[in-house]
Amino acid sequence: MRLSLHMLTVSTAILLTAGITAAIAPSASAASPAQAETLVHIANFTFQRPVLPVSRGTTVIWVNDDDVPHTVVARDGSFKSHVLDTGDRFSFTFAKAGQFDYYCSLHPHMNGRVVVGA
Amino acid sequence: MDDDFTSGKRRDVLKCMAWAGTGALFSVGAGIPTSLGLDAALAAAPKTAGFQFVQVSDSHIGFAKAANPDARATFELAVAKIAALPRKPDFIIHTGDVSQLSREQEFDDAQQILGTLGIPVFYIPGEHDMIDPEGGKAFLDRFGKNTRGSGWYSFDFGGVHFVALVNVADLKPGGMGNLGQDQLAWLKADLAGLASSMPIVVFAHIPLWTVYAEWGWGTDDSEQALRLLRRFGSVTVLNGHIHQIAQKVEGHMTFHTARSTAFPQPVPGTAPSPGPLTVPAAQLHAMLGIRSAAFVRGHDRIALIDSTLAT
Repeated sequence: MRLSLHMLTVSTAILLTAGITAAIAPSASAASPAQAETLVHIANFTFQRPVLPVSRGTTVIWVNDDDVPHTVVARDGSFKSHVLDTGDRFSFTFAKAGQFDYYCSLHPHMNGRVVVGA
Repeated sequence: MDDDFTSGKRRDVLKCMAWAGTGALFSVGAGIPTSLGLDAALAAAPKTAGFQFVQVSDSHIGFAKAANPDARATFELAVAKIAALPRKPDFIIHTGDVSQLSREQEFDDAQQILGTLGIPVFYIPGEHDMIDPEGGKAFLDRFGKNTRGSGWYSFDFGGVHFVALVNVADLKPGGMGNLGQDQLAWLKADLAGLASSMPIVVFAHIPLWTVYAEWGWGTDDSEQALRLLRRFGSVTVLNGHIHQIAQKVEGHMTFHTARSTAFPQPVPGTAPSPGPLTVPAAQLHAMLGIRSAAFVRGHDRIALIDSTLAT
């Protein structure tokens, strides 16, 4: 009883710290091993992993750590986030191999690339 | 004859700049011209025939973070400052980023706060005003009546031609602000019939000259617009976006960015990013402000007076 309460508190604290809601929080334990996830922080008007190599099937999650809104928009139109306010997340699963360049449509000098291997 | 006329125009412009200098002192530091707002210069505002307007910018209604926990309150303070001006302005221009997130409530609050002044307001969008799911529809439905394209338009007032440009729509990856060919074609037609002696005021959100490319503080195709404007004897370009005063003089054209009413941003190159600059609460109002502009008919003169919310 004591232990489970403790764990509940910890998980709540993690959710709050990350600034995400339970509804959109990725659940690491629920994901099957084949469905890898990786996080790209947006901070200081920069995609923190500007060139990100991933394997096919990986879900990339962008999280906005800035005090200003950003977006994540693929140049080829394959994905486009809604506006991400502070703490908001956007995820996209890369099912196809290839190179995907993206940018922030509000601050188009912010650019990034996801390279999806076979 | 033409030469005399041209040099006469130049003298007029130089006189105008000198006169404007009583309100906004030009100085250059680190390659970026800056000005010092002088509230005292308000007292020197012309009593002769002419008109006045006020520029407000970057109200970011809805912003509530460390750099300013209440952007509505500071906007209300800015509007109170306009209401207290010695002469009631003929109209207001808002050079964009009215809202933080393009929400109806944010636009509505801005409109209501400015509405208390009872004078016309001309809006153009900033990039923050284009981020509703429909890419600017909320802004255009409310503020964009009788405008073209993404919200551009022009009007004449008191012998001055005002051009409102939009450089925040359809931004290109890797680029800065963007006007686009449709708007440039419209601008060419809009200016075509005007005498070169007509004073021009251009306003747009992102600076129409490159203040700092690393932060996207410029407009990729602004040169095409400026080329159309060079024949005029007096062109004043008013921008926002960078939340601080920067100025540049190029021939008959002067460029001015305005303070925000919400939060300051860092001087180019002094911070890792252009994000909101958090200053001690006691200093915030001194970094926010409004700009009044006065025209004297027949002299092509513009006097710009930047004043902060602290005074």
